[in-house]
Amino acid sequence: MNPEIGHYALVLSLAVAILMTAIPIWGARTGDAALMRVGSTLALVLAGFVGLSFATLVVAYVQSDFSVLNVVENSHSAKPLLYRITGTWGNHEGSMLLWVLVLAIFAALVALFGGNLPARLKANVLGVQGAVAVAFLLFILLTSNPFIRVVPPPAEGQDLNPILQDIGLAIHPPLLYLGYVGFSITFAFAVAALIEGRIDAAWARWVRPWALTAWAFLTLGIAMGSYWAYYELGWGGWWFWDPVENASLMPWFAGTALIHSAVVMEKRDALKVWTVLLAILAFSLSLLGTFLVRSGVLTSVHAFATDPSRGVFILAILVFFIGGSLALYALRAPMLRQGGLFAPVSREGALVLNNLLLTAAAAAVLVGTLYPLALEAYNGAKITVGPPYFNLTVGALMLPVAFAMPFGPLLAWKRGDLAGAAQRLMAAFGAAIVIAALAAYAQGGGPLLAPFGMGLAAFVVIGAVAEVTERAGFGRVPRATAFARLRGLPRSVFGAALAHAGVGVCLFGIIAETSWNAERITGVKVGGRFEVGGYELTLDRLEPRNGPNYRDLAGVFTIRRGGVDIGTIESSKRLFTARNMPTTESGIRTFGFSQLYVSLGDELPGGGVGVRAYWKPYVTLIWIGSIIMALGGALSLSDRRLRVGAPKPAKKPKPAAEPKVVAAE
Amino acid sequence: MSPAAAVQPDEVLPDPAQEARARELSKELRCMVCQNQSIDDSDAPLARDLRLLVRERIAQGESNQQVLDYLVARYGEFVLLRPTWHGANVILWLAPFAVLLFGGLGLVVAYRRRGAQAGASEAPAAAPLSAEEEARLRAALAEAPDDAARDVTKV
Repeated sequence: MNPEIGHYALVLSLAVAILMTAIPIWGARTGDAALMRVGSTLALVLAGFVGLSFATLVVAYVQSDFSVLNVVENSHSAKPLLYRITGTWGNHEGSMLLWVLVLAIFAALVALFGGNLPARLKANVLGVQGAVAVAFLLFILLTSNPFIRVVPPPAEGQDLNPILQDIGLAIHPPLLYLGYVGFSITFAFAVAALIEGRIDAAWARWVRPWALTAWAFLTLGIAMGSYWAYYELGWGGWWFWDPVENASLMPWFAGTALIHSAVVMEKRDALKVWTVLLAILAFSLSLLGTFLVRSGVLTSVHAFATDPSRGVFILAILVFFIGGSLALYALRAPMLRQGGLFAPVSREGALVLNNLLLTAAAAAVLVGTLYPLALEAYNGAKITVGPPYFNLTVGALMLPVAFAMPFGPLLAWKRGDLAGAAQRLMAAFGAAIVIAALAAYAQGGGPLLAPFGMGLAAFVVIGAVAEVTERAGFGRVPRATAFARLRGLPRSVFGAALAHAGVGVCLFGIIAETSWNAERITGVKVGGRFEVGGYELTLDRLEPRNGPNYRDLAGVFTIRRGGVDIGTIESSKRLFTARNMPTTESGIRTFGFSQLYVSLGDELPGGGVGVRAYWKPYVTLIWIGSIIMALGGALSLSDRRLRVGAPKPAKKPKPAAEPKVVAAE
Repeated sequence: MSPAAAVQPDEVLPDPAQEARARELSKELRCMVCQNQSIDDSDAPLARDLRLLVRERIAQGESNQQVLDYLVARYGEFVLLRPTWHGANVILWLAPFAVLLFGGLGLVVAYRRRGAQAGASEAPAAAPLSAEEEARLRAALAEAPDDAARDVTKV
């Protein structure tokens, strides 16, 4: 396909996005139903054009069309097909196009499945979504055009950064963007509500599924990114507090707060003003993340100053949307009526506490990420804010979150009984103490972090189970009745319990890996052996292997435990010939929930190679827990109440609306 | 980020206690030519030099603090991954907890004010969902999907 088709489709997208911003909002202002309806059509057309543009770029990559500069800079004809496809978004221009594609897809989903939205709200939502699309399409066309040609075309490309030549690139960025950009929908809903000056519990019911969807994708995206870094970077870490990671964590904290406060708003008509603010914040932090990652400002303030066009452009987008929405918020929020009073000790109160702590955690990440920049701009002093800062602050804020988590769902709305909730959690608490004692025994002295953290994790998991069994009434009513009630519970109850249990599982993995991991750094010759975490490894052989675009030196180790041979593990040093860049392919073997991790170093002067080997107990629980969290979100999303949105009035059926409900299911 | 093993076998100190201290310190020190790595994680030559330097000072009998002071004197605070408590950095350390504190205070004030308002004008705080609230909620949820439908729930 001709790259100009993609370029042209992108320009057309911009035109469509401009119309999509102007027409539906104008229609909503004047009450013109026909104009409002145009929004849906335009959203579908926009998704079509951006999709066509994106597809054109993918084809250019697949065909290794080296007349396109972007392909030359980031691809190579010897690269396997999968990486030629994923390489499309493994660079600045392509990833921004993916960003806009996800944005357009979400707008199209609102157009398709938003059949039961009030016309005015839907028109405004699509209009706001269109405005965001205009900004980013302009950004791409003016500063980051992926379709620029190069004359004469070179015979070969410069290849993709070897670290990115991995299945992780196929999974992580799309999931992350579905999360990041998914919050644009809740943002659009918030701004639409502010434009109308009207917000109610039904609004929260429409917003919740979108917030949940975005949150679940973001959770998965962050977790997959973490696992990718873990196995690809080769030094066994799974979270580095890298500014790029922080950029995704901030909207996650805000989004987590949002899905909780939206519950209060839907059920109790309270916290409206706050929920709208969170919806704005979640997307603002996504935009800020995009700015931090894309402008180069994080590498150094000076890197930003040398090529400021992109950074300044995104900064302008940032100022416009964040500033504009917050100004609108300041103007309109006082008009929103507060409802649903509640006592401090109540379900609402617990969710407010959750929101407060999560917001503080987002603030910790935000301040820690931006403080060095601010300080340098202020007095030129250069300091570093590294993992110790984030571990301390975020850790201190997350501990009370974990501890309070099982209590929240057991408190009644409006006025809860804390003593009663504590009583019902006695079993969970007892089990937690047993786990803590077992952990202390297994550890045999040493720091208290492991016993305490594992006890807390167990409390969260068992507390989540208690949440469900308590609601069904096990122990209070006959068992048959309890089972009947259990079946009758809405899926969102199971979803919440599952997600909470996932947090506990993840916490357990984090604590176990941090406290109990074993490491061995050694030099080893062929036939040599060493021990790590109770496993004995023998270097059997070193063998050269060649791939399509790399040369490889693989070390094959035999694993023995208690003298018994239990298989082999391989790690290699890989040299990508096009960029002459080495990578480490770590070797990982999973035993239960734990992993043995081997990473091959350089060849040593006296013969043999350097090896870094780790025993990582329960490390997989970190990602399994995250997946459980996302599954909880998905389960909650499948709740009939959220799937169908608002129920139809029974007495005046609207035949035209029926197919839409079916479509939404 | 560069993908490779960092600490090399030939760097490891013979005394395990000293080596453990060196590793602990390495995790607190930034590899200054890297983007976001401690010298423990990095395979850059400068990181290796710093690791050897740390081990040298430890082997000479210096305390952890002395080693850190020496490195800060030589490279500035940029080398520390854990920001100090001096001067403006206090803002950095306290900011998250200030958010917590002021958020909490704001909540208490809002709660008191609303409680007072409710006591003066509305039903007591523990009243069940009022019929009017219920009706409004139902009306809002039942809003017609018909595009031409007028906005009947505006409040």
